Amino acid sequence: MKIRLDNVVKEFETFRAVHGVSLDIESGELVALLGPSGSGKTTILRMVAGLEYADAGAIYFGTENATDIPVRDRGVGFVFQHYALFPHMTVGENIAFGMKVSKVKRSPQAIAERVKELLDLVQLSGLKDRFPGQISGGQRQRVALARALAVDPRVLLLDEPFGALDANVRRDLRRWLRKIHDELGITTLFVTHDQEEALDLADRVVILNKGRIVQEGTPEAVCRNPADAFVMNFLGDANRLDADIRGGKAYVEDIAFDADGIADGGGEILFRPADVTWREDGQGIAAKIVRVIDRPDSRRVLAMTGNGQPVEFDTAPEFPHRKGEAGFLQIRRPRVYAAA
Amino acid sequence: MRRRVLPGLPLALGITLVYVAIIVVLPLAALVFKAASLGPEDYWRIISSDRAVASYRVTVTCALVATVFNLFFGMALAWVLVRYRFPGRRLVDALVDLPFALPTAVAGIALTTLFATNGWFGGPLSLIGIKVAYTPLGIMVAMSFTSIPFIVRTVQPVLEELDPALEEAGQTLGASDLSIFTTVILPLLTPALLAGVSLSFARSLGEFGAIIFIAGNQPFSTEITALLAFIRLEEYDYPASAAIASVMLLTAFVMLAITNLMQARALRYTARG
Repeated sequence: MKIRLDNVVKEFETFRAVHGVSLDIESGELVALLGPSGSGKTTILRMVAGLEYADAGAIYFGTENATDIPVRDRGVGFVFQHYALFPHMTVGENIAFGMKVSKVKRSPQAIAERVKELLDLVQLSGLKDRFPGQISGGQRQRVALARALAVDPRVLLLDEPFGALDANVRRDLRRWLRKIHDELGITTLFVTHDQEEALDLADRVVILNKGRIVQEGTPEAVCRNPADAFVMNFLGDANRLDADIRGGKAYVEDIAFDADGIADGGGEILFRPADVTWREDGQGIAAKIVRVIDRPDSRRVLAMTGNGQPVEFDTAPEFPHRKGEAGFLQIRRPRVYAAA
Repeated sequence: MRRRVLPGLPLALGITLVYVAIIVVLPLAALVFKAASLGPEDYWRIISSDRAVASYRVTVTCALVATVFNLFFGMALAWVLVRYRFPGRRLVDALVDLPFALPTAVAGIALTTLFATNGWFGGPLSLIGIKVAYTPLGIMVAMSFTSIPFIVRTVQPVLEELDPALEEAGQTLGASDLSIFTTVILPLLTPALLAGVSLSFARSLGEFGAIIFIAGNQPFSTEITALLAFIRLEEYDYPASAAIASVMLLTAFVMLAITNLMQARALRYTARG
């Protein structure tokens, strides 16, 4: 089922949560809504589900205008951040709930069969008679997914699905969710504030800030070509240096970087810690090492440029230099942006 | 002795046990002792006399009706206080505790004045042939007045803690409001409701002050057990008074045991393992 958001607006009493967001999600696509807290990502997801009503704009499921369809008739599967499993029902009863209350009558045998099928799908066959309080967080999230899938939703929506789990469990569940999605081919929209999760899992990433879409594209596109400094910063560690832009060049302490098409004036260059090389002499931005931090597979060096701006970069574990030494920073793949 | 992180166990436990012994156990023991001074035949004669049995019937029936009424009305009150925001909500919330704070005799006199045939409520009601004061209906009114806070105050915190996502999950799964209420909310409120019901019922069984003003106190029709025990006391017939009181005590114990069992059953999903 294709989903289309057309200029959707949502205001809460005190502030505007979503400002005119338009978005197309192709049938069978897995899309991540990525943004910091307060960026409106969860509000958008809840509007697609029908748990919130849009104040303006429209939401289409296929060709059908779903904007005013109440949540219970919208045919969405929703997975909540804290699972929202019914604590007084067993795992099996939780999964069966949607089928039991459905207007489409199913025989008890049909329901039992479907529950078994879903438990197999989420690999929890032995836990049918346990209560949610008796299983682990990762297992609860899988039950929540099975429960959402039980009613054959047209669209699957997940709100920070792995937010409350340990790092290891998260990684496993992420791969596993991707596998399930590829098996079922259901249109899936999920919300996360974790860029690694979004890049790992999604076909397409939609990055939001302050209720607006700032960039959307494949993980490759947003990683290689961040639209602005916010996206660059949000997707991972980034260094930032002030720059002067003159005639298509950005100058940082007399070192010039390409800045085609950016108007003259104040600007900034951003670059990843992995894109810096330390030179004892030669071309580069003069800097002094402030601290060296050891990591299992690298060393992180904290340095200060000549005019007092901090830069962090990663080196091989064999990096021989120490605190207090002076040298030069060579920067690869810099991104130049006009000052915000 | 093993070192403990939390200090003061011997002292705190000692004080608590002494307190429980003096304030709770000793009077009850005296009651049982007094009742036991009667021979089994006398004891049975007193507690099974027609007047006593009639008083049990009046008390238990009225307490049941009052509790069932409170179950619905108290839950509705808690629901409104938790779920809706309206002007005066805090005032209503404070008023719920009034039956606890008010001397029960004052409540009894006020209710009698209101429900007497010349009162604000009693007048109109008598026109349509309903008599409240000096009938079992009056006893029920007094009982439900004094025990409603128990239901509200036990249900309210549970309702406040109920995760709204549970209801939203029900909605996304296609459930109607009614089936969400009956299959999700109600089962989760059941332990609190049972606790409230048992307290409300126990209070109604034992209520005295509010009832004697409105009941009319006619033996065999509007005489409650607590009053009968009091009357025997006034007649200096202490053993008979204790015997009747012991029946009330036993009833209270049995009822608390039953509701505890029901509560444990309703909460079995919280067991780990």
